[in-house]
Amino acid sequence: MKVLVIEDDRESAAYLVKGLGESGYVVDHAPDGREGLFLATSGTYDALIIDRMLPGMDGLAVIGALRAAEVRAPVLILSALGAVDDRVKGLRAGGDDYLVKPFAFSELLARLEALLRRGGPPATNTKLRVEDLEMDLLTRAVRRGGQAIELLPREFRLLEYLLRHAGQVVTRTMLLESVWDYHFDPQTNVIDVHISRLRQKIDKGFPHALLQTVRGAGYVLRGRE
Amino acid sequence: MAMHRPLSRLLRTNAFRLAALYLALFATSVLSLLAFIYFSTADLIERQTEATLDAELTGLSEQYEQRGLAGLVQIIAERSMGERRSDETLYLIVNSNYRPIAGNLSQWPEAQEIRPGWISFPIEVKNKGVTERHPARATTFDLPGGYHLLIGRDLQNAILFRSSILRTLSWASVLTLGLGVVGGLFMTHNMLRRVDAVNRTSERIIHGDLAQRVPLTGSGDEFDQLATNLNAMLDQIERLMVGMRQVTDNIAHDLRTPLARLRARLEVTLLEKPDAQRYSEALRQTIAEADTLLGTFNALLSIAEAEAGSRREAMAVVSLEEIARSVAELYEPVADEKGLALTVDLDSGIAVRGDRHLLSQAIANLLDNALKYTPEGGVALTARKGEEWATIEVADSGPGVPPEQRDAVFDRFVRLEGSRSTPGNGLGLSLVRAVARLHGGTVRLDESHPGRSTPGLKVILTLPISLPAALPAPIAEPALGN
Repeated sequence: MKVLVIEDDRESAAYLVKGLGESGYVVDHAPDGREGLFLATSGTYDALIIDRMLPGMDGLAVIGALRAAEVRAPVLILSALGAVDDRVKGLRAGGDDYLVKPFAFSELLARLEALLRRGGPPATNTKLRVEDLEMDLLTRAVRRGGQAIELLPREFRLLEYLLRHAGQVVTRTMLLESVWDYHFDPQTNVIDVHISRLRQKIDKGFPHALLQTVRGAGYVLRGRE
Repeated sequence: MAMHRPLSRLLRTNAFRLAALYLALFATSVLSLLAFIYFSTADLIERQTEATLDAELTGLSEQYEQRGLAGLVQIIAERSMGERRSDETLYLIVNSNYRPIAGNLSQWPEAQEIRPGWISFPIEVKNKGVTERHPARATTFDLPGGYHLLIGRDLQNAILFRSSILRTLSWASVLTLGLGVVGGLFMTHNMLRRVDAVNRTSERIIHGDLAQRVPLTGSGDEFDQLATNLNAMLDQIERLMVGMRQVTDNIAHDLRTPLARLRARLEVTLLEKPDAQRYSEALRQTIAEADTLLGTFNALLSIAEAEAGSRREAMAVVSLEEIARSVAELYEPVADEKGLALTVDLDSGIAVRGDRHLLSQAIANLLDNALKYTPEGGVALTARKGEEWATIEVADSGPGVPPEQRDAVFDRFVRLEGSRSTPGNGLGLSLVRAVARLHGGTVRLDESHPGRSTPGLKVILTLPISLPAALPAPIAEPALGN
């Protein structure tokens, strides 16, 4: 997987290049918007990580130019501006996800994975499945090993999100944003409680736990393979 | 710059041009009106003269029919006795040879006929010993036997009256036009003066003196209204700037303490000359502390945003009970896990104008607090819809807050004794208050179970109801599977 990082701050860029390299990505780096745009339009990247505030040409303009040039690679925007309006502006400009600086590297990695695997199960797919856990989006029935599982509406949505991102690490913030549409950090770890409830319902009594905690990062719903 | 040549500037102003245009229109209409008055007055005087003479003629012809020529001559002779005055009627009766028989004219005049039956001629009048020539008008009548009768009037008085009217009207026009010009200049100047006052004030403000205000004349006219609005706008800007400055000062102050703590920890670790394991332990602690610091920073930013009112444009009509229900749903498992009962009782159809994210966060903070400080019992979330106000209440069965400390808990970083061991940054209620204020509402604290040993805390958040009770379609659920 080839990723382009457009980031003007040298230290942040080095941190990203090193971290992504260690996670198995091939990383190119551009220190400003112009060079970034040049690299992105000439090379073939699977994903772009673009800082919002860049010298010369700002990040949103770069994204606009890329989209106009029909570069469709997913874009993760990094920004120090974290207000909801800023986020909306970034996503409207053509970004696919928005991460506020400073961030934990695990968060960046999880979001990048989610962007890269977006192709996954198409939205029209009416059945989601991991190992023997199966969700029917039309009848809203969930079964594991043939056994029906009763879920509350919010638990259903939580499980649906996890199933759509099966095999990927999802962070608490990603869940809070996608399942609840909240962009603030609750002081208590409410997500943990929701996850443990869901785990009670889908994993209890089964020899293999599908919903696993990834320390320091988040959760992953994974089969044995 | 333009102040050096006030006259040329005056002439260039819109106001002056408008005044000049109006003056021209005004002058034209005044002049036509006066001309009309003059001509109709002159006409009226002439017609009055002729009507008098006609009446006289009718009277005399009646006399002639009754008493014949002799009677007529006698009447005329009687009427023409003594010195003739200028306002007296002129009479003359002559025979077929135009020889005067009776009357106050010495001879039949060399007259010019102006229209059939009417003649105009000059007469001589003695006035204080001086002989003057006056214009006169008369009607003539032929009597049987070749006699001719003339009845006329001296027109001098009428002409004098007419010219006096003309003079008066001319002066009136001059005066009117003069006043118009002076008034136009005065008004233009006045208007300019007030525009200049606004300009001067704005220039001073541009140069940094934000305390300047546009002066008011107190007349309550449109200029005063403009000035009042400008001043209100300036007040608002000043308030926002002061608010922003306060917020930045507070943030700088508030973050210094945790940063100092972080730094101290790193320094102490270095001094201890630790081994590798101790190092990584210290680093983990530092990262955890940096995260806490970031959380604090984000909370402060949210408060600052709410306080500065910069998100006002993100406001829309939202359903308060939907927001409350969604937050309650988020916290329900937390309550469950702690063995607390979370009772949710929400009125339906509570429309408020607000920011969904901030309102969610405020309610989340309240529930978070309530669940955190309640060891046993339950927490109740209530939403009530009133006439003008909606109230959200979060009541717990915890230890409560003593009355004397109820104001303090809204201040930043205030954490009461006994709560320091629980996680939290002391910003939750500050945000709730900032959000309440942003929405034009209030927040206050009370006891939820007065009289008990653990009275519990009840936080009452009051928000104004959005009056046009049109709710948009239910808030769309965030899309899944991105």
